[in-house]
Amino acid sequence: MSPQKKTTVKMKKVFDRPKSMTKKPYHYCPGCHHGVIHRMLAEQIDAYGLKGKTIGVASVGCSVLLYDYFDTDVVEAPHGRAPAVATGAKRAQPENFVFTYQGDGDLAAIGTAEIIHAANRGEKITVIFVNNAVFGMTGGQMAPTTLVGQVTTTSPQGRQVATAGPPIRVAEMLATLDGAAYVARVAVNNIKNYKVAEKALKRAIDFQLDGVGFAFVEFLSSCPTNWKMTPQEANARVANEMIAQFPLGVYKDILAAA
Amino acid sequence: MYFDVIFAGFGGQGVMLMGNMLSVAGMHAGKQITYMPVYGVEMRGGTANCTVVVSDRPVGSPVVHEPVCAVVMNRPSAEKFAPRVLKKGMVLVNASLVDPKYVKARTKKVIYVPCLELATEVGNPRLGNMIMLGALCQASGVLDVEQVVKALPKALDQRYHKMIPINTEALRRGGRFVAEL
Amino acid sequence: MAKRVLVKGNEAICMGALAAGCKFYFGYPITPQNDIPEYMSAHMPEVGGTFIQAESEVASINMLLGAAATGARAMTSSSSPGISLKQEGISYLCGSEVPGVVVNMSRSGPGLGGIHPSQGDYFQSTRGGGHGDYRVLVLAPSTAQENYDLTMLAFDLADKYRNPVMILGDALIGNIKEPVELKPYRRKIKPKDWALTGAHRRPRRIVKSLFLADGELTDHNWRLYKKYQRMAKETRFENYRADDAKLVLVAFGSVGRILKTSVDMLREKGLAVGLLRPITVYPFPHQAVQEAAERTGHLMVVELNTGQMVEDVRLAVEGRAPVDFYGRPPGSIPTPNELAKEVAKVWRKRGLQ
Repeated sequence: MSPQKKTTVKMKKVFDRPKSMTKKPYHYCPGCHHGVIHRMLAEQIDAYGLKGKTIGVASVGCSVLLYDYFDTDVVEAPHGRAPAVATGAKRAQPENFVFTYQGDGDLAAIGTAEIIHAANRGEKITVIFVNNAVFGMTGGQMAPTTLVGQVTTTSPQGRQVATAGPPIRVAEMLATLDGAAYVARVAVNNIKNYKVAEKALKRAIDFQLDGVGFAFVEFLSSCPTNWKMTPQEANARVANEMIAQFPLGVYKDILAAA
Repeated sequence: MYFDVIFAGFGGQGVMLMGNMLSVAGMHAGKQITYMPVYGVEMRGGTANCTVVVSDRPVGSPVVHEPVCAVVMNRPSAEKFAPRVLKKGMVLVNASLVDPKYVKARTKKVIYVPCLELATEVGNPRLGNMIMLGALCQASGVLDVEQVVKALPKALDQRYHKMIPINTEALRRGGRFVAEL
Repeated sequence: MAKRVLVKGNEAICMGALAAGCKFYFGYPITPQNDIPEYMSAHMPEVGGTFIQAESEVASINMLLGAAATGARAMTSSSSPGISLKQEGISYLCGSEVPGVVVNMSRSGPGLGGIHPSQGDYFQSTRGGGHGDYRVLVLAPSTAQENYDLTMLAFDLADKYRNPVMILGDALIGNIKEPVELKPYRRKIKPKDWALTGAHRRPRRIVKSLFLADGELTDHNWRLYKKYQRMAKETRFENYRADDAKLVLVAFGSVGRILKTSVDMLREKGLAVGLLRPITVYPFPHQAVQEAAERTGHLMVVELNTGQMVEDVRLAVEGRAPVDFYGRPPGSIPTPNELAKEVAKVWRKRGLQ
C-alpha cells in the first residue's frame, strides 16, 4: 500500500452527448457536416423534451443510417419518398414530432414530387434538407444541386448548363408555394452561421409543434471525400462557392410576414 | 326463378337508371341481383347498356350472351341486341324512336312501347325510361310494378325525391299500356 | 340478418375497409377504380379518418407506409399501371414488415392499354413486380359480397403477417352492382408491439428494410421466407360442382364466376364439368389443384389473358395430368356461352364421356 494522499478534483461536465443520440460513433467522413447537423437536431430534440415523442424519417443516401445515431423511433423511406412517409406518419400520430432528413440526391432529384406536394399540402412536418451538391453515398455523382463546372464522377468535364441545366435552388422554389409556412437556407461552416442555423432549426420545430405548418431548413454541407478536398478546402468551398449559388436566409416565414 | 335483361340505348336516355331501379326493387323483393354497366368513355351521348340478372339463386355470370329479355331504346341497340334474345324471350322496343323494320328477333314476343308519347301524357317527356320499366315488369312479370314503385325512395337520390309521384305515375302508365294490349 | 345494400363492387371494398377499422386511405385517380377514392373522400371524415389524394401512386403507397408504420390500418388502391408504380413501395412494405391493404382493380395493358376487364395482372400481383425475394398475399374476389368480406380479411391477414395484402379484381368486379350484406366486423384488433408511436417510456423502435451488418440480411430473408411458408395455411378456394366432375376448370375472379354459368349450361347437356376457383391466388391452392388433377385426370384453365395462372396450375399438377388452357386477351368480356363452347371442345378432344 502506497501512502497516497487522497485528492478530490472537482470536475464539471461542460460537453456531453445529447440524450437523444445513441453511443454509436458516426460513420461519416472527416469534415462532413452531417455529424454537426445531426447533433444540432439531437440537441434541440433534447431541449424541447421530444425524445419520447419523435418519429424520424430516414431517407436514402449517406444519412440512411440515421437510426443508428438517433435514439428515437425511426422509419426508413424509399429514395425520395420521405415527405410522403412523413405525411402518413404525422397524420396518424399528430402528437409526435415528425421530421425527415434528406440529402439533395434524395430530395432534389427523385423526390421532387413528394417534397413539393407535402409542402403545398402544408403537412405539419419538419424537413431537414442537407445540400452538399453531390450524390454522396453512391460515390459522388452529379446532383441537381451540383455547381456549374463542378467535376463529379458523372460530370467529369464539369457540370455543363447546356446539357444538365443549372443547379436547382430548392428553398427558393418551395418558398413560392402558398402551402409552405417556413423555408430557410443555412450553413454550418463557421460559428456565426452555425448560430443562425440553430435559430432556424428551432423555428422549424416550433412551426410543427405549434401546428403552424410545413417547415423546411436547407443546410449547405461539405462533402470533402467526393469533392476530393481536405476538410478545410471543402469548408472554404461552402463559404465561397456554395453560398454564392445558394444564398443563405429565411425565404418564407408566414408568422413574421403576418 | 331466373330472369335476365339487357337495357340499351343512348347515354342520357336513363338506361342505367332503369337497370338500377330494377336491381334495387329486386333486392328489396328478396332476390339475388347482379347489375353490370357497360358504357363508352364519353359522359354524354355515347351508347350505354347494362345487364341485370334477377334470380332466386346466387348469380354466376353477370355477362349474358342470349338474354331472356332486351329493352332497346334506340335503333343501334335494337339492331345489336334484339337478335340475341332467346327464342322464348321477349323484346321491348321504344316505338317512339325505333322503326319496326330494324327489329329482327328470333322471338315472336316483341312489344312496341311509345315511350315518348306516354311520358308526355303523364306530364314529363323525359320519363320514357320509367314508362318502359313499368312495361317491362308488366310484360315479364319479373317484379310487380308496385314493387318498383315501393323501391323508388331507395333507388332515387334524395334530391330527386320530389319526382317520386310523377315517376310512380309513369311506371304505372307503362304497366297499364302492356296490360291493355 | 345484417343490412343488405345494393352497391358497386368498388364501394363494397370501401365499406369492408371502414368496417374493419381502416382509418387511412391514400390514393390517386385511375379508371376503373375511381369509386374507391371518391367513396373514401366522402366517408373517411365521418369516421374521423384521413383521406389524401396524393400526387402520385408512388406517394400514396409511401403515405401508407408512414401511417401503417405507426400501427394504423391503412389502404391504398389503384389499377394496373398505377400498381406498377406502387411496386417499389410494396417491396419496402415487405422488407420492413409493415402491413397494409393494396387494391388492384386491374385494367388491360401493356402500357396504357385500356379500361377493359383483364386478368393480365396475375403475374404483377402474385409474382411481385417490385424487387427482392418477397411475397404478397393476394385475394381474388368474384362478387361484391366477397369484395366486402375479403377486404375485412385482408386487414386481418396484413396485421397477422405484418405484410401487405393485395385485393385483385378487375373492371367487372369493381363495377358490377350487387346486394351486399353488411356483416359487422367483430374481431378485436390487437395492439402492435412494433409500431412507431414515439419512444415514450420504452426503448426506441425502428422500421426499416436496410440490413448491412454481416449475415443480417441473410437472416432477415430466411425469416421472411419462413413467414411466407406459414402463409400457406391461409389458402382459400371454392369448389363448384367439382366433386363428381370428370373435367375440372380452374379460374379466378370475374372469369371464375362467369364459368359457373358455363358449368351449369354444360351440366344440363350432360357434361360432368366442375370448377375450382382460387380465392387466394397467393398462396395458390396447390394441393386442391393437385387433388382435382388426380381425381379427374384432366384440368382446364380459363383466364382473361394469354396464360398466367396456368403456370401455377401446371406447377401444382407437376405433369400428373394434362392441363388445357383457354385464354383471351382484353377487349371483350367472354360470355358463358362462349366459354361453354371452349370447354366442350376440350371435353371432346380429351375423349371424355
